[in-house]
Amino acid sequence: MPNMSLKKNEMPVQDPNVRNKNFKEVALGYTEEQAVDEANRCLNCKNKPCQGGCPVSIDIPAFIAKIKDKDFEGAYQIIHQSSTLPAVCGRVCPQETQCESKCVRGIKGEPVAIGRLERFVADWHNANVKEAPAVPAPNGHKCAIIGAGPSGLTCAGDLAKMGYDVTIFEALHLAGGVLVYGIPEFRLPKSIVQHEVENLQAMGVKVNTNVVVGRTIEVDELFEQGYEAIFIGSGAGLPRFMNIPGENLKGVYSANEFLTRVNLMKAYKEGSDTPIKQNTNVAVVGGGNVAMDAARCAKRLGAENVYIVYRRGLDEMPARKEEVEHAMEEGIIFKTLNNPVEILGNEHKFVTGMKCVEMELGEPDASGRRRPVEKPNSEFVLDVDCVVMSIGTSPNPLIRNTTKGLDTNKHGCFIADENGQTSREGVFAGGDAVTGAATVILAMGAGKTAAKAMDEYIKSKG
Amino acid sequence: MYKILTKKILNPTVTLMEVEAPMIAKKAEPGQFIILRVDAEGERIPLTVADFDREKGTITIIFQIVGATTEKLNHLEEGDCIHDFVGPLGVPSHTDGLKKVAVVGGGVGCAIAYPIAKKLHNLGAEVHSIVGFRNKDLVILEDEFRAASNVMKLMTDDGSYGEKGLVTNALEQLIKEGNQYDEVIAIGPLIMMKFVCKLTKEYNIKTVVSMNPIMIDGTGMCGGCRLTVGGETKFACVDGPDFDGHLVDFDEAMERGAMYKEFEGRKREEVCNLYKKEVK
Repeated sequence: MPNMSLKKNEMPVQDPNVRNKNFKEVALGYTEEQAVDEANRCLNCKNKPCQGGCPVSIDIPAFIAKIKDKDFEGAYQIIHQSSTLPAVCGRVCPQETQCESKCVRGIKGEPVAIGRLERFVADWHNANVKEAPAVPAPNGHKCAIIGAGPSGLTCAGDLAKMGYDVTIFEALHLAGGVLVYGIPEFRLPKSIVQHEVENLQAMGVKVNTNVVVGRTIEVDELFEQGYEAIFIGSGAGLPRFMNIPGENLKGVYSANEFLTRVNLMKAYKEGSDTPIKQNTNVAVVGGGNVAMDAARCAKRLGAENVYIVYRRGLDEMPARKEEVEHAMEEGIIFKTLNNPVEILGNEHKFVTGMKCVEMELGEPDASGRRRPVEKPNSEFVLDVDCVVMSIGTSPNPLIRNTTKGLDTNKHGCFIADENGQTSREGVFAGGDAVTGAATVILAMGAGKTAAKAMDEYIKSKG
Repeated sequence: MYKILTKKILNPTVTLMEVEAPMIAKKAEPGQFIILRVDAEGERIPLTVADFDREKGTITIIFQIVGATTEKLNHLEEGDCIHDFVGPLGVPSHTDGLKKVAVVGGGVGCAIAYPIAKKLHNLGAEVHSIVGFRNKDLVILEDEFRAASNVMKLMTDDGSYGEKGLVTNALEQLIKEGNQYDEVIAIGPLIMMKFVCKLTKEYNIKTVVSMNPIMIDGTGMCGGCRLTVGGETKFACVDGPDFDGHLVDFDEAMERGAMYKEFEGRKREEVCNLYKKEVK
């Protein structure tokens, strides 16, 4: 009999007032009993609407059916056919707008907790199965992947499964891209990313760190070295600033810098060689998931007051609802409908405050969201000693400036068709380098689509 | 892992290392930099390429011991390996069409100025080098500069070697003697570059400076290396490190460069104490 409870099994989490002082994972994961109980809420619909909501088309009812039978490894194998990084996706995918939004149980009550079940299965596999993944028979063709982030890792995994000889070139000293420099430890433990990368290596994927394509080596040289198809997944790029006075004061960070210092360079750990300023009052400007990550890191680093300063309202925030709720529980103060106009500093050029104005919502703009308009005479100063700008990025110029015949749009993003094919034969692209800043799962979907197109392209050449 | 083939102590606080990095050596040009991490837990620091040998596949770095990382780096010996070494980063120095150039180097900045002087010399330009140090003990690359220069001025603050005075004194003298430079290239402490630019602005001589701000990734991701150049925000790692010196906001760059001074001092002391313990 299915479990007809209208509510999904709650995710066990660390207490907000404990977790906002440590970097350990917030969500603790389902137990076997909870997972089986939740799996029993699935009605196993014949037309599988949930699968249609998944960017990588995981056969969701099939893996959930295996959980009902307590065949957790069987469930893992079903997910693994479609997804290279299940332990990551189970944690960071916005399931509420994807698979779970299509779930029939969601019409009356809450949808099946597909994301939590995916995470449970992946964690169970990582804890209990030590066998290395099967190494596919080589097909004798070479592919290069630029960037070891979500899109590159997915593309590499799918190509390796088809028998390609795959090499990933990564600019940083560690593979993972945004999964290691951006998303904090408490949301995605780095050991999980490491494990997923090791799985790929066990399948024969080579990971060359410390190679900046566009500087150390160029795309054309990769072709000369015998790579037949190349995937560019170089990520989002340079941080944007607001161009208001005071942005170069000491204590103003881009979210990328702040998070990179904390996550990749481990500035939160005692004795780290990488410094980060100790702050009392921090303002994070922006309303996306990155802003939530930065604010929650700032709190954990010991700041007394951490503000999210966002020019629109709470309903307009692009961050996931769950991230906003977690941030609120941890004591982050939301100053919505506020917009910074100037950052103030002292004689030593350290930040001492941020001048803001209050906003109100007017008519909808091009994005369909109501445009924020400044309220007259509403200026005030927020008492802060650190400001983190989390208002997006613009694409990195290194590859487009050194590769002929690779078209980009007016924002500098690579132009690629629905299969990831760029204007240059044999070159494919996906993820934030094409779309601008988006989500991990969309990047993974793009990597997956491109892998299929690269396979077809190489086969068509004979 | 990147092997150290040669290590030379140039003066008590400045060390040269030739590092095996064939992919970088194949591409490096004067003016570019690398980022290294000494060990698996280390921070990422940028260092300018002081020389490269495409055939041997090596990159030469010259660094001053200022913080924990350079202290640790200085404790590595020939045959040891540097954990991470990535580059070449940044835009190469522009040398096309330059016929007569004054290259000004200050302190360890001479290590960056030297490959540019050498390249210009090899391209047939007339090179006037002005190098400055606090005192005789800190002089580096004297013979190398002489070999690459038509005119060479060596200055020390205290007059213990060469001429007594600042690099700006020597540069002004050369200008007053009637030398017309296509460009002045100044590389050294921010305060030196600021005053060289102040001088050359009076004489309306184009001046290029090499900036070395705090960086993390060095590939255009973090924005930590931002500077104000001509009123605009620029990223030293992808837009530079060379900039038009007359447009750089040096005062802001000096403030930003000193952001972690206290941390760096404390951290270096910790590392020094660690090595002392090991020696015992």
